[in-house]
Amino acid sequence: MSEVAGLAVAADVRPSAAPLRRRLSFRAVFGLTVLLCMGGAAVLAPQIAPWDPARQMLMKRLRPPMWEARGLREHPLGTDHLGRDILSRILYGGRISLGVGLSAVSISCLIGVTLGLLAGFHGGRTDAFIMRVVDVFLAIPYILLAMGVVFALGPSLLNVILVMAVTRWVQFARIVRADVLSIREREFVSGARARGSRSLRLLLRHVLPNALTPIIVVATLELAFMIIYESALSFLGLGVQPPTPTWGWMLSDGRNYVATAWWLATFPGLAIMLTVLAVNLLGDWLRDTLDPRLKV
Amino acid sequence: MLSYVARRLLQSVLVLLGVSIIVFGLLHLTGDPTRLLLPLEAREEDVRQLRALLGLDDPLWVQYLRFLARAVRGDFGVSFKHQVPASTLIFQTLPATLELTAAGLGLALVVAVPAGIVAALRRNSFIDAVCSIGVLLGQAMPVYWLGLLLILVFAVKLHWLPAAGRDGLASLVLPAVALGAFSMARIARMARSGMLEVLAQDYVRTARAVGVRAFLVTYKYALKNAAIPLVTIVGLEFGVLLGGAVITETIFAWPGVGRLAVDAIFSRDYPLVQAIVAMLATLFVVINLAMDLLYTYLDPRIVLVRSRR
Repeated sequence: MSEVAGLAVAADVRPSAAPLRRRLSFRAVFGLTVLLCMGGAAVLAPQIAPWDPARQMLMKRLRPPMWEARGLREHPLGTDHLGRDILSRILYGGRISLGVGLSAVSISCLIGVTLGLLAGFHGGRTDAFIMRVVDVFLAIPYILLAMGVVFALGPSLLNVILVMAVTRWVQFARIVRADVLSIREREFVSGARARGSRSLRLLLRHVLPNALTPIIVVATLELAFMIIYESALSFLGLGVQPPTPTWGWMLSDGRNYVATAWWLATFPGLAIMLTVLAVNLLGDWLRDTLDPRLKV
Repeated sequence: MLSYVARRLLQSVLVLLGVSIIVFGLLHLTGDPTRLLLPLEAREEDVRQLRALLGLDDPLWVQYLRFLARAVRGDFGVSFKHQVPASTLIFQTLPATLELTAAGLGLALVVAVPAGIVAALRRNSFIDAVCSIGVLLGQAMPVYWLGLLLILVFAVKLHWLPAAGRDGLASLVLPAVALGAFSMARIARMARSGMLEVLAQDYVRTARAVGVRAFLVTYKYALKNAAIPLVTIVGLEFGVLLGGAVITETIFAWPGVGRLAVDAIFSRDYPLVQAIVAMLATLFVVINLAMDLLYTYLDPRIVLVRSRR
């Protein structure tokens, strides 16, 4: 894609300034607000959750949300098949979703940026080798690879995070490489080189700071992806294991009750969608604000 | 041109070699493949027998070469659970997966391309806003949740469509919609921004200035050029869809490769897992090679730029 982007004449795709600004700020404010609420709720879950998320109250199992006929005031979003409070489980589940997502993005960013820098800066065989590895990871269905690895090594929190990071670093590597290819031709880089800067220093002091914009944008969009990825692994039974509630697990539990108790699967799904939507909005806004011509 | 094709072919072979290393490594993750292949309560005697059978006492590279030599011929060993060659199982289930993937991708293209183009032509209009919201929702909805909601509404409440299985065209609708939604959002977005970019190009402006009819400008000049980047997207999107099929097939009990793979992982049927991962990766590489070559055919400028690198 990078070659294509290079070919296209810089097209003026900016609409007139006023409506754009209004839309942008709405997107940013909405995204940030939702994200802060979700993050705050996750961090404060032990304080604000009305119930212990693992507490089973079999007398009150499968109660609908409070606005329905059999709903109970003390369980605003209802209870699941074991009589656990759904609201509390969603609040606690956010800790896993956001925590795992953030950790996985950080690690995959570290791997991808390092390899992308090396590929773009050194060029030649290093570049060719790293890009082929990128192609390999693009070709393998990552969800199957992740499932196979997690099943073999055991579904611990750390394993899940590592597997997610190792299967997704290519996005960072590709965008950083493309950027570095053009940065290394710029004058300040040859200037620094002429002054005798060593490669590592040159990379970290001069090249990396100039490639930060796409890294930030990709990291945001990848966070959205990782949240979906984590809950998909959970949904398939290979995420963080019970009794820790995760959104994916809740959905998977709710699957068997789709016909009789719609709220089991609906609310955790809404939580995932809202979070991902907020992160995506923020990422889009960052991209349009920092670098509208970025193709990610 | 020819040298580009040759280099692109060589690259694909290298990528497949890389895939084979990872697929081989999958079995050696825990250090001892017998631990993965046998149930936990297996007897010591069985472990020893399996080690001898699989040649696990040879050096790792000998094992890899043996694996590679067989894999090239499509031989990934016998599925432990089903007791038939893994490749046979794949060929039995592959048509169902391809049917689902093609339906998902087809649906995504049919909806997304016109939607993206209209949104670009009527920028900042009501239609554009509706499309933007659709794109945002489509990209934020996890496929398994969308699948469950579709089942809830169209199968459980309305009884319009079957909730599971593969039985005629009606059973294809819900899985295809669930699988295609994410791609639909991405393609619509690409189509919109691609179209906007082309519309701002000089030749479009010139055509308009000299009085070529708006209809012709849009459909003859702009559309053709906006379609080019979509070809690459479709290739990459196919990989996304194959991955998404794993989850979609699980939800809708669709008898395809994805469901076979999930089943194989949980029953420790690693030869089958290896075969499926390798086969899906190969499919992806071949399709993207084809797309890339098609791409250079559509837009010859790309070869020039690429060979100068």
